[in-house]
Amino acid sequence: MLDWLSQERAFIASVIIVILLITLLWSILVGLRQATYRAKDQVFGDPERTLGGWYWTLSGVSAILLLWFYFSWGVGRAFFPEAGNEMCQVAKVETAIAPIKAALPIDSRYFKSTELIVRNTEQLDVLESNFPEGVFSETEKEELLNIIVSSRKIIGIFSDQDNQSLESKLAIRDISQDLDELTDKLSKDYTKFNPSSEGLLQPNWGTTRIELPLLPITPKGVLFDDISKHAEVLSQKFLKLRNNSAAANSIIEATKQQIKRLKLSNEAADRSDEVLKERKHYIKAVERIFRRLDDGTIFPPQALDELNDSIKDFLRAIEGAKGNLRLVQAFFIPGAGVVKSKTQCTEQGSGRWLPKPTDVVAKFLLLANPNLENGGGYKGTTLFWWDWIEIADLVSFLIPDFLIDLLPGDYGVHSEQGLFVPNYKDKLQAFAQGDVYLGVIPMLDGHIWDSLFRVLVALALGIFLGVPLGIYMGISRFFKSFFDPIIELYRPVPPLAWAPLILTIFGIQDDGKIFLLFMVAFAIMVISARTGASGTQLSKIRASHSLGASNRQILRYVILPNALPEILTGIRIAIGVCWGTLVAAEMLAGTTGIGFIENVARTVSDYELIWVTILIMGLLGLAFDLLMRLIISRTIPWRGKG
Amino acid sequence: MSDLICKNLCMTFSNAQTGVKVEALKDINFTLKKGELLSVLGPSGCGKTTLLNMIAGFLNPTSGSMTLNSTKIDGPSVERGMVFQQGALFEWLTVSKNVDFGLRMKKTSQGESDSLVEKWLEIVGLQGFGNTPTYQLSGGMQQRVALARCLVNDPDVILMDEPLGALDALTREKMQSLILELWKETGKTILIITHSVEEALLLGERLFVMAPRPGRIHKEYKLPFAEQGLQTPLRDIKQSPQFSEVREEILSMIWDMEEEIMGGA
Ligand SMILES: Nc1ncnc2c1ncn2[C@@H]1O[C@H](COP(=O)(O)OP(=O)(O)OP(=O)(O)O)[C@@H](O)[C@H]1O
Ligand SMILES: [Mg+2]
Repeated sequence: MLDWLSQERAFIASVIIVILLITLLWSILVGLRQATYRAKDQVFGDPERTLGGWYWTLSGVSAILLLWFYFSWGVGRAFFPEAGNEMCQVAKVETAIAPIKAALPIDSRYFKSTELIVRNTEQLDVLESNFPEGVFSETEKEELLNIIVSSRKIIGIFSDQDNQSLESKLAIRDISQDLDELTDKLSKDYTKFNPSSEGLLQPNWGTTRIELPLLPITPKGVLFDDISKHAEVLSQKFLKLRNNSAAANSIIEATKQQIKRLKLSNEAADRSDEVLKERKHYIKAVERIFRRLDDGTIFPPQALDELNDSIKDFLRAIEGAKGNLRLVQAFFIPGAGVVKSKTQCTEQGSGRWLPKPTDVVAKFLLLANPNLENGGGYKGTTLFWWDWIEIADLVSFLIPDFLIDLLPGDYGVHSEQGLFVPNYKDKLQAFAQGDVYLGVIPMLDGHIWDSLFRVLVALALGIFLGVPLGIYMGISRFFKSFFDPIIELYRPVPPLAWAPLILTIFGIQDDGKIFLLFMVAFAIMVISARTGASGTQLSKIRASHSLGASNRQILRYVILPNALPEILTGIRIAIGVCWGTLVAAEMLAGTTGIGFIENVARTVSDYELIWVTILIMGLLGLAFDLLMRLIISRTIPWRGKG
Repeated sequence: MSDLICKNLCMTFSNAQTGVKVEALKDINFTLKKGELLSVLGPSGCGKTTLLNMIAGFLNPTSGSMTLNSTKIDGPSVERGMVFQQGALFEWLTVSKNVDFGLRMKKTSQGESDSLVEKWLEIVGLQGFGNTPTYQLSGGMQQRVALARCLVNDPDVILMDEPLGALDALTREKMQSLILELWKETGKTILIITHSVEEALLLGERLFVMAPRPGRIHKEYKLPFAEQGLQTPLRDIKQSPQFSEVREEILSMIWDMEEEIMGGA
């Protein structure tokens, strides 16, 4: 079943996309019809106008999903499952002729020869005008300047058509003619080509780690694949091409000797380190430019014109041969297309960093599989499952060891016979450290649970400590003034700025993260409880005094319920902030949790996994918030109506 | 014996930031006997609320003394019930939970408090609304709840600060009758602050007209209208020549005071 789902992702996607399109159009229609009813009975600005509207939610969600399908090339793959493979073949051709293109003004504006001449002439001028004084002898200086002059001369000779050897002229013509042949081939009928059976057996687009199957699977693909092989041969030929000329060769030989001599003279005389360093540096600079010129890659201005025309025709022919693939690419495959590297074809642009929704779901199902032995889970932990845990571990988590130290009596000592009999304190300590087997209980487990657990524990601590303190700060001068500086000093610091410190102090296990989150939740709860408490209407407090309520009763029955809306809003905010902080903290350290998964995924550029974690975080955050909204509307219906 | 006695009451507010001192009240002297109905009238800012808050125990006077039933007034207590302009109901509680708030604070038994709540809701005309949340009530109903909440506690003195100020004319008249009835039936001492001259005349066996800067009792009246109101419809009383005469006198007195303030300012 999973295999089928995985193989047929394109088909599944096309069904989903059609459903989404229908949903989008239908919900917009319903929405528009509703809007005309509503327009009559409600005034602008009335918050009631936000009630309901599920159809807009539906159209919003389906629009997002459709955009996602589109920009991730999900639409392209669903309806044109072969396009990716054909684009890969085209990419092969483009990669193959890239070296020839690079020498011509096609992608860049100038011939490579022109660029070489401009750059080297500039650098020669700089070298000449910055000649270091007092480092070289007069004769050496003359010699060096001579090399610079020779270099300029070489450029001149290579640029002169009359000096170009016949052999190199013929070689260029050869390549042009071969290219023209390929161009002819491109415009001929390719339907008679047949993809190899090996090619047809390749896995579908995107179902394995290699994104696009490399071998052609369509006649058109076979054509491009074939062309690419020939083009590669031509490129090799072109790269070997040199502008040989007898005139240049003699100068090059002479100059080489000169440089060699100069280098030797460095070693002979004993000079100060500084002077030696400067000499070496200058000679090297001169030599570097010379080396760029002596290999004969500069051609006369008209030498490559014919080749340039052939390449242009060739490229045009490629576009022509692509045929409707061009339309598919323009409308359904946004972004930078497909690129071929040495061993594989990869999607570029949004197709790369935005994986297709169906791929993401497939990845999620893989992670969600709780069977660790069969490749489920991630890095040895399930995503969200349960496991047996020892009660002893729980006990050791809850009872701190030092509590036992405080008990009267000493720990046991070994006897003179070398025996050790544990006394009651030893036994209790073993208990507190979780060394006593107490049975097992089932417990939730997995990356998601680990993250949830951290947030919930921190939030609970934050609420139980923060709310009482906040309420007292709202009503008592001492509490307000005493705790204000502490809280207001640490609160504005972004939690992540605390993270390195806290994780160092408490360790990278749960303790550190929980404490970090607790700090976040605590500050938020204190502030919201404080605002709620201090916002109690004075007349309500006075009324309850006159009704005979004691201070404690006022706190419990008037101030607390009055602060409840603020407290619940505080919890809602705290959950959100904690969740965000947690993921970041897990990225810094740890071996479990959603943030941990994303961090690993980042280092291996597993975009599907990155998006799975992002979606899990987003959906859980959304779930928290919906839950809190529900709780708020159920528990405090009087909000804003007092 | 069971009187409310105020002797030489003075109240001076000093602004902590500017150091400006305001003499809100100066030398207030009066005795309110048990069962008396006193209304207090005066231009805005003459210290009416301040006086009430001091009697309720929310403010300590700068000097002078107050006693109720021969005990010194020192902080709020159930003996002195308070009704605020806006009800000050607990919006998170239902009507009956609001009304039995005081009883719950005293830990009265459930059965006893239930019957008391029922009785008072009926008296103020809210039977059947026990389980309604207070934010769903109209302004007049909310004031009735506030009255019931105060009366359930059986206070000796009821203090009201513009209790009907936020109500429309008709509801206001109904509530005025209700207050008169309650006064008659319970025999409680009632001190009521109002902005409306008519209301002050109708709801005051005695009437203080206060003057500002410093706040003091300018003139005291003894009036027959409250007694009359127990038998005659309030509208008829308002039309009597005697009523109009006193009303005009007090109105011009207050106008003079307002003018003085404006002229002085
Ligand atoms: N907490 C306070 N601090 C400083 N000044 C105060 C304070 N409360 C009241 N005052 C001043 O005391 C004076 C009397 O105020 P009070 O509220 O008693 O007037 P009032 O008669 O109730 O007015 P109104 O009819 O407008 O309610 C006013 O001048 C006011 O500015
Ligand atoms: Mg007032």
